[in-house]
Amino acid sequence: MNAPAVGADSRPAIDRGLRLQWEPAQGAYVLLYPEGMIKLNSSAGEILKRCDGAATIAAITEDLERAFATVGLQAEVLQFIGMAVGKRWLEILP
Amino acid sequence: MSGAAPRPGPPLWLLLELTYRCPLHCVFCYNPTNFAQIETEIDTADWIRVLREARALGAVQLGLSGGEPLVRDDLQAIVAEAHTLGFYTNLITSGVGLSEARIGALKTAGLDHIQLSFQDSTRTMNDFLSSTRTFDLKSKVAALIKKYDYPMVLNVVLHRLNIDHVEEILAMAQQLGAEYVELANTQYYGWAWHNRAGLMPSRAQVERAEAATRRFREAAGERMKVYFVVPDYFENRPKACMNGLGRIFLTIAPDGTALPCQAARMLPGMEFPNVRALSIEDIWYDSPAFNRYRGDAWMKEPCRSCPERARDFGGCRCQAFMLTGDAANADPVCDLSPHHQLVADAVARAESPAAEEQPLLFRTPENSSRMRR
Repeated sequence: MNAPAVGADSRPAIDRGLRLQWEPAQGAYVLLYPEGMIKLNSSAGEILKRCDGAATIAAITEDLERAFATVGLQAEVLQFIGMAVGKRWLEILP
Repeated sequence: MSGAAPRPGPPLWLLLELTYRCPLHCVFCYNPTNFAQIETEIDTADWIRVLREARALGAVQLGLSGGEPLVRDDLQAIVAEAHTLGFYTNLITSGVGLSEARIGALKTAGLDHIQLSFQDSTRTMNDFLSSTRTFDLKSKVAALIKKYDYPMVLNVVLHRLNIDHVEEILAMAQQLGAEYVELANTQYYGWAWHNRAGLMPSRAQVERAEAATRRFREAAGERMKVYFVVPDYFENRPKACMNGLGRIFLTIAPDGTALPCQAARMLPGMEFPNVRALSIEDIWYDSPAFNRYRGDAWMKEPCRSCPERARDFGGCRCQAFMLTGDAANADPVCDLSPHHQLVADAVARAESPAAEEQPLLFRTPENSSRMRR
């Protein structure tokens, strides 16, 4: 089974088997899965918390650029989401 | 740098051993052999307080284990509270007692994950090793786990009597629709320690099992993930047991005793605190028992000056104690340990024909009552 192509119109969501949550004690977002946990750095957390299965990658990028008052994040966001799909942190909804 | 341990991070992993009662009688169980003398179980309100206090400190992964956690009637209430608090909840079960009504209630309560144990791929061996008739029931439970949309994680403890069936075990797992299979070689604590001579596989058996696992992975690809946990007796460096005692892992035993690992109760000269008397915060940060093996000031040579001590923490304190009589010694699995021969001898004994004839003691309350510790 091949991972679907990831593009600006794709709508990523946290993979069904995972849960994303903010952990105050760690000062970080974490991904939880059976008997394990991945602690996310701040940019990974900011991207993943916007992956709700409704927003497109283009919309997620725009929102990030607005939130951090910057431009030109698209390549970085696409690359991260591609990696996260490969690791099965995210799935692409049809 | 040697010296006093720095203040640890929070107990990220909380394991509640809700009860030592269990319908199975597995010969490789790591529960204490004297469990029959520990009949007290703390009540629902105590468990809920433990959950709240541990979560406030930052605990996030929750294991619900035993014994068989399903024998506790308040399991759903405990899961519901844990879910509300934001724990990721893992039920570690034999499946005995997991009716459709029960799994539905657990799903509603917010249970995230179920790990189901199997003793073997065949009914005869499964039923013999657990001293029960459970194989058909477990197959039904596996189907229920799928039906309720849980990822299926199977755990099979490997040892001399079933390690030659790895191929069949993996085929069975695939047939049941498992997403993950953990082939966990027996760790020799509790009942498994008592039965070590009869459970220890030969080196050839371990190698065949690893080869069978590799073949399966190549043929089946990514659909089912297989973890093969190598038996540490066959290694020359120790496991980083618990990632270091008192670093991330907190176990609460059925009677409320707080332990830095499930087996630590055996360690001599330690007074383990109880959640009825102390808060989780006091237990984790300030109790002598939890501070005893933090950092590396407690280490002896060869660990004390070893460049690898930050990676493996000197291995397992319980194994060091059981094999050498001193929990502060290097885990004798390490070939730098002056006691490594003890491990080599145990492995060598598994090569002799006499290993076939070792009696196995089943984990039953009757057998437990006869044990001194």
